[in-house]
Amino acid sequence: MDAAQALADLTEISTQIQAALIADEKGAVIASTFADDATASQAARSALDLFAAAEDAGRDGTVSLTQILAATHAGSVFVVRGDDRIATAVTGPEPTVGLVFYDLKTCLRLSAAEQPENPPKSKRSTRSEKADETSVDE
Amino acid sequence: MSRTLRWGVVALGSAAGLALWRRSSGKGRERIELYFSAGSMVSFPEDSTEAARLIPLARRVLTSARG
Repeated sequence: MDAAQALADLTEISTQIQAALIADEKGAVIASTFADDATASQAARSALDLFAAAEDAGRDGTVSLTQILAATHAGSVFVVRGDDRIATAVTGPEPTVGLVFYDLKTCLRLSAAEQPENPPKSKRSTRSEKADETSVDE
Repeated sequence: MSRTLRWGVVALGSAAGLALWRRSSGKGRERIELYFSAGSMVSFPEDSTEAARLIPLARRVLTSARG
């Protein structure tokens, strides 16, 4: 699915999410619901800074950080890291945390499915496999 | 004890209980929660040094998102 479409679906499904974006590991915005590209880029960089600082704060050397909730009186920020990109969402105060994380991870997974770099090769069955299938059918 | 006074005591008790529950559960307080690949989670309350460092970064994201 297209990343922009995944974000559109996300904001339609989750009424708690006010704005969201998907960016790569360097902060380049892939898709966003922000008003303009400049603010989306700024938010992506801030989200990456937050993630990097959180990795330092929670580092224990054995497990990797996968998601963050930052709850403030003004609202909450969610950051989820996928294989090569992050998804960030902003909500009002005291959202349903589990639900927002679930929707954000789903959005990230769907957007990651867009244009895989190494598309799976089409499976070809060998003659012997076809023979086996035929014998099973019989 | 009059009926009104009894209801007043019940209402005050409920409000105090709710305030205690919110305080103990962390609801309504600023915090940072970190989730790890192993399924573990660490929560930093607003008065921790970690939250003091991370919450301003989160505010930057909020500010960007809301213009």
